[in-house]
Amino acid sequence: MYTQGLSGPVDQPDQGHDPEREARFQARIDAEERIEPNDWMPEGYRRTLIRQIAQHAHSEIVGMLPEGNWITRAPSLRRKAALLAKVQDEAGHGLYLYAAAETLDISREELVDQLLAGTAKYSSIFNYPALTWADIGTIGWLVDGAAIMNQIPLCRCSYGPYARAMIRICKEESFHQRQGFEIMLTLARGTVAQQAMAQDALDRWWWPSLMMFGPPDSESQHSDRSMRWRIKRFTNDALRQKFVDATVPQSQFLGLTIPDPALHHDPKSGHWNFGPIDWREFRRVIAGDGPCNRDRLRARRAAHAAGRWVREAALAHAAKRRARAQAAE
Amino acid sequence: MTVPLFDYVLRLADNALVLGHRLSEWCGHGPVLEEDLALANMALDLIGQSRSLYDYAGEVGGRGHDEDALAYLRDVASYRNVLLVEQPNGDFACTMARQFFYSAFMHPYWQAMAASSDPALAAIAEKSVKEVAYHVRHTSEWAIRLGDGTEESHRRMQAAVDELWPYTGELFEADAIEAALIEAGIATDPRPLEGAWRATVANVLKTATLTLPATGWMQTGGRVGRHSEHLGHLLADLQYMQRAYPGAAW
Ligand SMILES: [Fe+2]
Ligand SMILES: [Fe+2]
Repeated sequence: MYTQGLSGPVDQPDQGHDPEREARFQARIDAEERIEPNDWMPEGYRRTLIRQIAQHAHSEIVGMLPEGNWITRAPSLRRKAALLAKVQDEAGHGLYLYAAAETLDISREELVDQLLAGTAKYSSIFNYPALTWADIGTIGWLVDGAAIMNQIPLCRCSYGPYARAMIRICKEESFHQRQGFEIMLTLARGTVAQQAMAQDALDRWWWPSLMMFGPPDSESQHSDRSMRWRIKRFTNDALRQKFVDATVPQSQFLGLTIPDPALHHDPKSGHWNFGPIDWREFRRVIAGDGPCNRDRLRARRAAHAAGRWVREAALAHAAKRRARAQAAE
Repeated sequence: MTVPLFDYVLRLADNALVLGHRLSEWCGHGPVLEEDLALANMALDLIGQSRSLYDYAGEVGGRGHDEDALAYLRDVASYRNVLLVEQPNGDFACTMARQFFYSAFMHPYWQAMAASSDPALAAIAEKSVKEVAYHVRHTSEWAIRLGDGTEESHRRMQAAVDELWPYTGELFEADAIEAALIEAGIATDPRPLEGAWRATVANVLKTATLTLPATGWMQTGGRVGRHSEHLGHLLADLQYMQRAYPGAAW
C-alpha cells in the first residue's frame, strides 16, 4: 500500500445516520463478511475507502516516473526488458485500483483531476530521485518490499473489490521485490564502484522507505475506525517493525550497511530496534517540499495535457461510429 | 556465407531494438493509462525479438559477441537499422504512424520468414508474426481513430503520415548482402512485399479519411550504417551504463 496511514476515515457527518443499519453493517464486518459495491455502507466507510484506494492508485502511477527514468538507460537488454515489464505492471496496478475506486461511485477522471490539481496525495517515497542504476535495485527491494508488507493484510480488507485487486497486485509486487533484491545482489558481488553505488542507494532510500508506513501510531488519529472497519488490520508501527525485521538480515546478506547507528537486535523481543525517524522530513515531503514533488506533478500534468487531443479524438471517433451504426439500422 | 548472415540478422535485430527503445521512451507519459500498457507491450515484444536475433547473430558471427556486446558496444555507424525506426517519437500520431508503417511491413515479412530454410530464423519469425499481427491491429485502430476523430487529430495524423512517408522506401531495399541469402531461401526478398504493404496502408488511410502521400524521394542509408542525427542520441542513452562502467556485469 502506498497510502501511509494518511487515509484514516474521513470524518463526515453521515447523512441519514442510522444506528441500526450501522450496527448490522459492523456485525457483517465482525463476521469477516465481504462488503460488495451494492451493499449498504456508512458514508464514512465509502469515503475512507475512496481516499485510500485513490492514494494507492495515484502512487502506482506516479511511481512509474522514478523507475521509468531508467528504462532507456538500463545496463543490459535483460534488465531493460525486466524494468519495462515492471513499470508496466505498476500501470496495470493503477488501472485495477482506479477500477476498484469506481465501484464506490466516483470516476477515474475525477480522481485523476484531484491528483493533477495537487489535492490528492500519493506516497511520499516517489518524491525522491532515482539517481543511479542501484536505485532501481533499491526501489524494488525496499519500496516494493515495504508495499508488500502493507498490502498483504489488505488482501483481507473488508471491501471486496479492493481486497481482490490487492491479491493480484501482491503477487506482482513480490516478484518486483525479488527482482530488485537480485539487482542488489549483482551489484554487491560486483566491482568496487558497483558496491559503492549499492551502498549509496541504500543510504538514500532507507529512511524514506520506513516513512512509507506512515506516521507513528501515537500520531495516527484515525487508525481505530479503520481497524474497526477492517480496512486496516495492523498499525503503522507494527508493519514498520515487521519490515525492519525482514530487511536487516537481507542487508547483511548483501554486505550493505543500514544507515542507522542506533540499529541493534533486541534479544528479549527478538526485534531489530531502530533509531528515530525524522518526521519533520516526512511532513515536509508530504506537504510538497520533497526533492521531486514538483517534477512528478509536472510530468503527470504534461502527459495529461499532451494526451488531451488523443482522448478527445477517441471519444469523437466512437461517437461517429455510434451515429453511423444507428443510421444504418 | 557467415558474414552476410551476421549482417543480415543484425539488421533485423537493430530494427527491433531501436524501435522497441523508442516505444519504451513513452513509458509513464502516454496519453491514457491503457495506452501506457499497450506501448510497453509492443516495446517488450520488440526488445524480446531483438534479443533472440542478437543471440543468433552472436552465434553466426563467431566472434563471441553476446546480445549486450552487440547492443551496447557498437557505435552509430555499425548499427544497421532502417532510418524509419530511429525517428523520434514526436506526438502520439507520429509514434502510431511509425509503428503502423513498420508493422504493416514486418507482418508479411515474418510470415514469409517462417518458411526460411534457416531453422533459427524460422522459429523467431513464427513467434514474431503473432506479436506483429497485434501491432498492426492496434496501430491501424489508432490511425483510424485519429484520422477520423477530431479536426486536430486528423491534422496531426496526416502530418505524421506525410512526415514519415519518405522513410518507408528503405523497408523494401535488398542489396548484395541479402541477395545470396534470398537465393538460398534463408532471407525473404522484401521487394515483392511492397504491393501488399501499400494495399494495407492505403486501406487503413482510406478508412481513416487520410490521404496517401505521393511517392517522391525516399531516404536511405540506415542499413549500411549511414544514419540520421537522432540515432547517436538514442545510443547515448541506451549505452550509457556500459560506456561509463566498461566490463561490469549488471
Ligand atoms: Fe505496484
Ligand atoms: Fe511494484
